[in-house]
Amino acid sequence: MKKSNLLRAGAVLVSLSFVGVACGGSDNAASDTTAAMSTEVTCDAPVASIALQFPETGDAANLGAPMLKGAQLAVDQYNAANADACVTLKTFDTQGDPAKAPAVAQAVVSDATILGLVGPGFSGESKAALPLYDEAGLATITGSATNAELQNAGFKVFHRILANDAVQGPAIAKYISETLKPASVGIIDDASDYGKGLADAVKTAAGATVKASDSIDPKAADFSAAVSKMKDANPEVIFYGGYYGEAVKLSTQLRDAGVKSTLVFGDGVKDQAGYADAAGPAAEGALIACPCKDGDATFVAAWTAKYNEVPGTYGAEYYDAANVLLNVIKAGAKDRAAVQTAVNAYDAAGITKQIKFTENGEATEAATIYMYKVEGGKITYVADIK
Amino acid sequence: MSHWLIYRTFWDLTVSGIVLGLIYALVALGYTMVYGVLRLINFAHSEIFMVGTFGVLISLTKVFGISLFDDGQYPYRSGFVLVAILVCSIIAAMVVSGAGAIVLERTAYRPLRGAGDAYGAVVLAFLTGLIASFLFSDHIMTNLAIAAVITGPVSFGYVRIFRRGRQAPRLAFLISAIGSSMAMAEAVATWGPEQRSVYTTPRVLEKKVLFNFLGADVRIDYVIVAIGAILMMTSLLLFVNRTRLGRGIRAVAQDAETARILGVNVNSVILVTFLLGGAMAGGAAMMFTLVYDQTRFNIGFLLGVKSFTAAVLGGIGNIKGALLGGIVLGLAENYGSSIFGGQWKDVIAFVVLLTVLMFRPTGILGESLGKARV
Repeated sequence: MKKSNLLRAGAVLVSLSFVGVACGGSDNAASDTTAAMSTEVTCDAPVASIALQFPETGDAANLGAPMLKGAQLAVDQYNAANADACVTLKTFDTQGDPAKAPAVAQAVVSDATILGLVGPGFSGESKAALPLYDEAGLATITGSATNAELQNAGFKVFHRILANDAVQGPAIAKYISETLKPASVGIIDDASDYGKGLADAVKTAAGATVKASDSIDPKAADFSAAVSKMKDANPEVIFYGGYYGEAVKLSTQLRDAGVKSTLVFGDGVKDQAGYADAAGPAAEGALIACPCKDGDATFVAAWTAKYNEVPGTYGAEYYDAANVLLNVIKAGAKDRAAVQTAVNAYDAAGITKQIKFTENGEATEAATIYMYKVEGGKITYVADIK
Repeated sequence: MSHWLIYRTFWDLTVSGIVLGLIYALVALGYTMVYGVLRLINFAHSEIFMVGTFGVLISLTKVFGISLFDDGQYPYRSGFVLVAILVCSIIAAMVVSGAGAIVLERTAYRPLRGAGDAYGAVVLAFLTGLIASFLFSDHIMTNLAIAAVITGPVSFGYVRIFRRGRQAPRLAFLISAIGSSMAMAEAVATWGPEQRSVYTTPRVLEKKVLFNFLGADVRIDYVIVAIGAILMMTSLLLFVNRTRLGRGIRAVAQDAETARILGVNVNSVILVTFLLGGAMAGGAAMMFTLVYDQTRFNIGFLLGVKSFTAAVLGGIGNIKGALLGGIVLGLAENYGSSIFGGQWKDVIAFVVLLTVLMFRPTGILGESLGKARV
C-alpha cells in the first residue's frame, strides 16, 4: 500500500520534472541574453554612477527593455572611451507602478554615488517620484514620460528630451483631421495619467467630430462595454490612449465585433513584439504616433551589434538622456548640485535632436511627432507631424 | 447620451455579459464546492484556472503545433480537425487544472488537516529541494538535479512529521492558500518563456456571427461557451445529486464528523471535490482562451476575485447560486460600465455584492450549508 503510494508520488515528481525541463529550455535562452548583456565594459572603480528608474518587469516591461538598452549602450561606449574615470549605471525597477515609485526613489536618493537619474520611465511614476528627487536636488532626464503636466508641477530637477502629450495629442488630432479626414471619431482611454491625458488632448482638438468616448479598466480581459459603444457609434476613426497590452485586446475585440474603424494610438503602443506581433491581423493598418525617433545609422549599427535586434521605442531617447548626464560628469560635475546646474545649461547635439532645456525642463526642439503604421505586420515610419 | 446608449446596446451587452458570467460561474463552482466541504476559501483556485489556460496554450502550440499566425492571418481550422482541436484542448485544460487542484490539496491543505501522506511529502520535499537549490545554482537543470537528490531524505522527514497527525489552526489553511497562489503565479512568471508578458493563444475558431438576436450579434464562440458551460454544470449537478461519491460530498458538506463516523472516506471526498472544482476551472480556462485569445501568469487574479464574488453573491456553498451569481455579476458589470464608463467596472461589481449582502447576508439563493443540497 505504502509502496504504491510512493510509486505514484514518484510519477507526480517525474511529471513535475518534465514541466521543469520544458521551462528549462527557455530559461537557458534567457540567461544567455543576460550573459551577453553583462559582458560589458567592466567598471571596477567608478567615479560616479547614474540611475535608471524604469519598468524592468511588470505589465509594460516591453517598453522598459529599450530604455535600459539605450542607457546601457551610452554608458558602455562612455566607459570604453574613459576607462580611467568610468561610470556605472544602476537600475531601479518600478514596474511602471506609481505606488512602487516613492520607495524606489527613496533608494535612489539615499545612494550618495548617484549624481543623476535617467527616467522615470512613465508619467504616473514620475509624478510619484519627482517630489523626492526635487528635494534631494537630483537631476532627472526622461526620454519617455510624456504627461503634459509634469513640466508645470514646479520640479526644478525635471528634464525631458522629447515632445509631451500636449504636443502629441494635438499632433495626432491634426493628423486625423488633415490626413484621415473622418466624419466621426471615437475616443477610448485606460484611465491612466498617460492614457487619459493623451486621449483628452486628442478629444479637445478633435472637437465636434467626437461621437463616442469611454474608459476601460486595463486589468480586465473583457472590454465588451466599450466595444459595444464603439459598434453603436461606428466612428471612422478610433483613438485609444493607453499602452500596448490593452491595445492588443482592444484591437482584437473591436475587429471581432465587426468594427472596421481606422485605429490610431499614441506612443505607448509603439512596440513591435508587444503590439504588432501579438495582435496580428487585428493590428494591420493601425496608425501609431510617437515623439520617438529611430536614431541615426551609426546608432542603429551600434545597437544592432550589441543586442542583435533593431533599436526599440525610446532606445534613442534614453541613449541621448544618459549621454547628457555622462557628458556633464565628464566635464567635471562632481556632486548633484553641479550636475543639476550643468544639465540646465547643457547645449549639444544628441542623436535625436539638439539638446537644450527650457526653464521648465522641456527640450527646446521637442515639437515634432512621428507617425508610424502597421504594414505587413511591421511598424513602419510614415510621416512627420510638425 | 449615455442613458440612450444603454437601450441601443442593451442586447449586445446582455449577450457578452452572459458569456463572461458563465465563465465566472464555472470558476465560482470551485470556490463554492471547496467551501462546502472544507469551510475554506481556496484562494489558490484562481491559479488552478491560470494553469488551465496554459494547458490550452501548450496543447494548441506544442501538441497540435499551431503557430500564432500563418502569413499574418489567423490559423483557422474547420470541420473535424477544428472539433478535434477544441475537444482535445478542453480535455487538456481540465486535466491540467484537475491535476493542479489535486496536487494543491495534497501538498497545501491535507498535511494541515493532520492527514498528510506520501504524495504530499514527496511533492513538498521536491519543492523544498528546488527552493533550497537556488542557494547554490541558477541553472534550472542543476536545480532540478539537486532537488531530486534532496527529495528522498527530506520526504521521509515530512512523512514523520505528517504521522503525528496534528490539525493546524484555521488561519494556517488561509495562509497556505494565499502562499500557494503566489507561488504558482510567480513560478509561471519566472520560468515561463514570456515571463510576465501576455501570451496570445492561437485562434483556430473563426469567430463568425451565427445569428442576430434583437440587434446583438451572437458569435459561434459565445454559443460554444454557453452550451459547454451549461453541459458542465448540469453534469456536475447530476454527479453531486445522483452518484455515491456525490452523496459523500453532500454528507461531508453537512457534517464532516458524522459522515466520517458513518463510513464516508472524508479525505477522498475532499480530493474528488478539488478534482471537480479544478476540472470546472479547466473548462472555464478553455472557454476564456476561446473568447479572449490570451493568457498570462496573473490572468487568474482578477477573474478569481470576480468569481469568488459571484460565489458569495449567489450564496457560497450553493452550486446553483454560483451560476446565478456569475450571470448577475457579468450582466451588472456590462450594464454598469455602459452607463458609468468602463473604469467603474470593478466598483460596480463590488457595489452589487455589498448591496445584495446588506439585504441577503447569505447571498441571493442562500448558503446551502447544513441543508440537503450543496
